[in-house]
Amino acid sequence: MIIATASGKGGTGKTLVATSLALALKDRYSLQLVDCDVEEPNAHIFMKPVITNSEAVSIPVPSIDEDKCTYCGKCAEVCAYNALAVINGHILTFPELCHGCGACGYLCPEKAITEAARIIGVVETGYADGIAFAQGKLAVGEAMAPPIIRRVKSLINDNGIFIIDVPPGTSCPVVESVQGSDFCLLVTEPTPFGLNDLALAVAMVRKLDIPCGVVLNRAGTGDSQIHDYCQKEGIPVLLTIPLDTEIARLYSRGITLVSGLPEWRHSFTRLFDQIEEIVRERSRNTER
Amino acid sequence: MKEVVILSGKGGTGKTSLVGSFAALAQSKVLVDCDVDAADLHLLLSPAVKETHEFWSGQVATIDEAKCTGCGLCQEVCRFEAINDFRVDPIACEGCGFCYQVCPAEAISMAECLSGHWLISDTRYGPLVHARLGIAQENSGKLVALVRQKARQIAGKEGLHYIISDGPPGIGCPVISSLTGANLALLVTEPTLSGMHDLLRVLGVCRHFGVPAMVCINKYDLNDDNSQQIERYCLDQGAEVVSRIPFDNVFTEALVRGQPVVAYSSGKVSQEIKSLWQRISHTLEGERR
Repeated sequence: MIIATASGKGGTGKTLVATSLALALKDRYSLQLVDCDVEEPNAHIFMKPVITNSEAVSIPVPSIDEDKCTYCGKCAEVCAYNALAVINGHILTFPELCHGCGACGYLCPEKAITEAARIIGVVETGYADGIAFAQGKLAVGEAMAPPIIRRVKSLINDNGIFIIDVPPGTSCPVVESVQGSDFCLLVTEPTPFGLNDLALAVAMVRKLDIPCGVVLNRAGTGDSQIHDYCQKEGIPVLLTIPLDTEIARLYSRGITLVSGLPEWRHSFTRLFDQIEEIVRERSRNTER
Repeated sequence: MKEVVILSGKGGTGKTSLVGSFAALAQSKVLVDCDVDAADLHLLLSPAVKETHEFWSGQVATIDEAKCTGCGLCQEVCRFEAINDFRVDPIACEGCGFCYQVCPAEAISMAECLSGHWLISDTRYGPLVHARLGIAQENSGKLVALVRQKARQIAGKEGLHYIISDGPPGIGCPVISSLTGANLALLVTEPTLSGMHDLLRVLGVCRHFGVPAMVCINKYDLNDDNSQQIERYCLDQGAEVVSRIPFDNVFTEALVRGQPVVAYSSGKVSQEIKSLWQRISHTLEGERR
């Protein structure tokens, strides 16, 4: 089973929930924690994994053999990203604009284009506290997160429980991370920002046809609109975490909620039981 | 015309709350919300929408079943696993057009898709340019570039001096698009290990693109050791910590009332934000205190 923790709004507690859920379940299941927030991966801060393997992620960008090139301009014409330009017997490439689709090389009539690897980040794997761990890291200054997310997710197989820490927002990196999950936890906070972005995240998971439930973090501050919204939309609130300076201080030091306050362990195993029930119920319904 | 962008790396450190307050404090400005996939600034500014425009961007392939011979070449060449059983998954399609170029039956067409909307609004603090990226859409970077360009046009036309831009979290495509060419980046962090880790990365992005950065530590009293470490690190990196805002529920109280903090309260937090804005405007004018 694959469980994604997403949020729309940043800083609501995705990583807090993903790491504590993983730790609470590790004795019961074979478990892997996968950090897909490749722009700002934070799960490692809490899990302190031993990294055993590190693999560069690259995208194939065009490399021109000028001895063969006739400057016909076909490559520039077919490139949808303006990553190639041919001007008066000169050819220029802009590797940072290239998405690595390979069209230019395939369509070059002179076979003058080969591909060179341009490194845009890294995927690291290891283990932490009995949990298999994987994370992607986008190199600073690079723009394209999705190829790294695809690579991290390729490490997911069919056995056991996978918990994915998703980046904030609702656009391509988020969709790439959440797609293919059996369940999506949406972590939010009881403020107008939290509500606005929760509604966007709900629209996103519904478009992907993935069942979801809410974790309400920092409860007790703000307003009660999240509950009203969830009731109206028929979305279950599966876990409530109060606004508590003790929890915030533990978080600031990189300590997971279930390690710092072990009484929370039970809440996270119950959270999982509820998720399992929803996923099971849904598969029964689709079988019918 | 001077542009400051507020970034953080980590989400939820207080970018939008600060921009809302700067909106109330600054004279002669255009506001821009560059967090186009989870825009929140409008919730503090109660905008009256004046103009709504469609944002058409990115191509998506479609296969004409009547013409398709089922040769499978499209599926073979696509590197984004977007074609299965001779159907295109529009979410996975990157719009490269490789399949369209190679299809021997000319059964594939490429069409622009409606990826979102951008809006110009009036607020009690001045004009706001904002956007709504469609759900699960790509090209947030292009939409960010577009709203910034519109803001510059408005500032030019109306003779407004500042562009204050609320940036997205992260360090990737939309962040780079918000940052390049700005006069100054204000990086809002918090004294948590996550906040510090993410600050270092976004500071690296500012350096990479040659944009000067200054730092604000929000909730600085949550963890004094971490705050001191941030100060030392920033000193090393030549990015000054110019503001320390205490942990205070007044941010949430103001937010629930749909108001910037400085409009809601005149307490310590608001005083700190006022001197932060003063500091930013002095820096933008090239003056040193």
